[in-house]
Amino acid sequence: MALLEIDDLHLFMRSFEGEAHVLNGVDLAIDRGEIWGVVGETGCGKSLTGLSVSRLVATPPARYARGAVRFDGTDLLRLDEAAMRRLRGRRIGMIFQDPTTNLNPVFRIGEQMVDVALHADGADASVLGLPSGASRRARKAAARDLAIRMLDRVGIPDAAGRIDDYPHQFSGGMRQRVLIAMALIGRPDLLVADEPTTALDVSVQAQILRLIHDLVRQDGLGVMLITHNLGVVAQICSHVAVMYAGSIVERGPVRAVLKNPTHPYTRALIAAIPSAATARGTLKGLAGSVPNLIHAPQGCRFANRCDRALPACREGRPATVEPSPGHRVACNNPAGEAA
Amino acid sequence: MLVVEGVTKIYPGRRGRPDVAALKGVSLTVGRRESVGLVGESGSGKTTLTRCILGLERPTAGRILVDGKDIATLPAAEMQRLRSRVQIVFQDPYASLNPRMTAHDIVAEPMIIHRDTLGLDARRRTDRVAELLDLVGLGAQHLHRYPHEFSGGQRQRIGIARALAVNPELIVLDEPTSALDVSVQAQVLNLLHDLQQRFSLGYLFISHDLGVIRYVCDRVSLIYRGEIVEEGPAEALFAGPRSEYGRMLLGAMPDPDPDRSPFR
Repeated sequence: MALLEIDDLHLFMRSFEGEAHVLNGVDLAIDRGEIWGVVGETGCGKSLTGLSVSRLVATPPARYARGAVRFDGTDLLRLDEAAMRRLRGRRIGMIFQDPTTNLNPVFRIGEQMVDVALHADGADASVLGLPSGASRRARKAAARDLAIRMLDRVGIPDAAGRIDDYPHQFSGGMRQRVLIAMALIGRPDLLVADEPTTALDVSVQAQILRLIHDLVRQDGLGVMLITHNLGVVAQICSHVAVMYAGSIVERGPVRAVLKNPTHPYTRALIAAIPSAATARGTLKGLAGSVPNLIHAPQGCRFANRCDRALPACREGRPATVEPSPGHRVACNNPAGEAA
Repeated sequence: MLVVEGVTKIYPGRRGRPDVAALKGVSLTVGRRESVGLVGESGSGKTTLTRCILGLERPTAGRILVDGKDIATLPAAEMQRLRSRVQIVFQDPYASLNPRMTAHDIVAEPMIIHRDTLGLDARRRTDRVAELLDLVGLGAQHLHRYPHEFSGGQRQRIGIARALAVNPELIVLDEPTSALDVSVQAQVLNLLHDLQQRFSLGYLFISHDLGVIRYVCDRVSLIYRGEIVEEGPAEALFAGPRSEYGRMLLGAMPDPDPDRSPFR
């Protein structure tokens, strides 16, 4: 049993025009020590998949029609809110894109981290490691020590001296480190990172990627890394899942997928990245746009933008091919070596 | 066409703090039909330099020449005319279009501002808007739609059409594709290339995506803490950066080839 198993997840989202079928049978298993990159264009369901894991999608307007999100064997969609709260911030850590809006500007960094530590300790007393009768003051002091250790670990220089700073006194990269430290304070088993480096400069991005990479090595946590940057995926992910219009269309070990992309959509995504060899004016874009998910097309949702589409593609769900072990592609007419 | 000569911009420090030198003796040039990349991290002075070039900020020292004329010494009327020749496309296509104006009004607005230079009446402006939208790959059916009805890529096309409206010679592109998906980015980059060929435009292309810079630029300037630390042909820079900063930037650029990852 994998650490996280998303199984045939269907999510509908109510809107003024009708109900959009935004996740269409997502299935994904993430184990400890694995970093799964989840990639795809805007609006393909990457973030909703991530939010479903921490169950932060508001229902309504959303509605889970089918499927399960099993974490260590427990279906999160069936847990009550109190049980879910014990998991969030303790066993499931989360990092979001914008390090500026995810810290409260009017509280000191330390206070915000102590809050998280105390909450995690409430769910599992081993986080602070104090006996059950410990006073509130002792718990607070231990939480503060833990916060300093975590800041130090994510590479904030002079952590003890900076812990009483406000968020605006930190740079963007340092704020993202604070958020990573916060996500890790409960020693989670699973980390969901939604575009953690998109708002950062490349040099800072490289530092954050190294940090995540080292943490996975040392603590063996599983990571779902949501990004639209295939360069980031190539650098640190062990596996990759390519999403399109609410489904995973190609997945597998990162080398297999990026070296031998087989779904036409994956190939188009890779072809759109300018490389050293691309002559000016010859970069291949991807014409068309993601289909309307309120009246989603029958069959393969990529068919209307696909230059390899067959008549069968517009009818039923596409067949799955497996070009190499673990590399699975949902396509009737795959390209690459599988063709 | 654009010459920036030793531009320094110093902002006075607040409440007794030391002054901040946002730009220190920056020089660069952009010629016709040339794309010059300006690469630097946040806080390196890219935006200050753009603001100086657009005449929104007055440099503390140094000169900015457009077609040989120093923009600091121009009388207001001449400056107004000059503004029609230097346009800008902003980074965020969601924030840079007025949500209460239609695509038509957004693209027509610069033509109204510069009506003395262009001399277009309302009807001819509308014709020109339709022509511009067509040029950037949108149709007449889009004329009376509002920004929220467009996707990010389409909005950026409207931003480009607006910049082209007054027949500029130089366009400052401030991270024009960083808010877009790669598939859409490819289309916008190709559009920009195509427009450059047709209208002999000069581009000052600001980006932190070195892959994009390599694809579109003839020459590149690296800016670090308000100083140009390296300048030269794009090919040479990517083949072997001379500056410490250039090496660091290239090293940090995530390569989409898993075998070239520093972590494996």
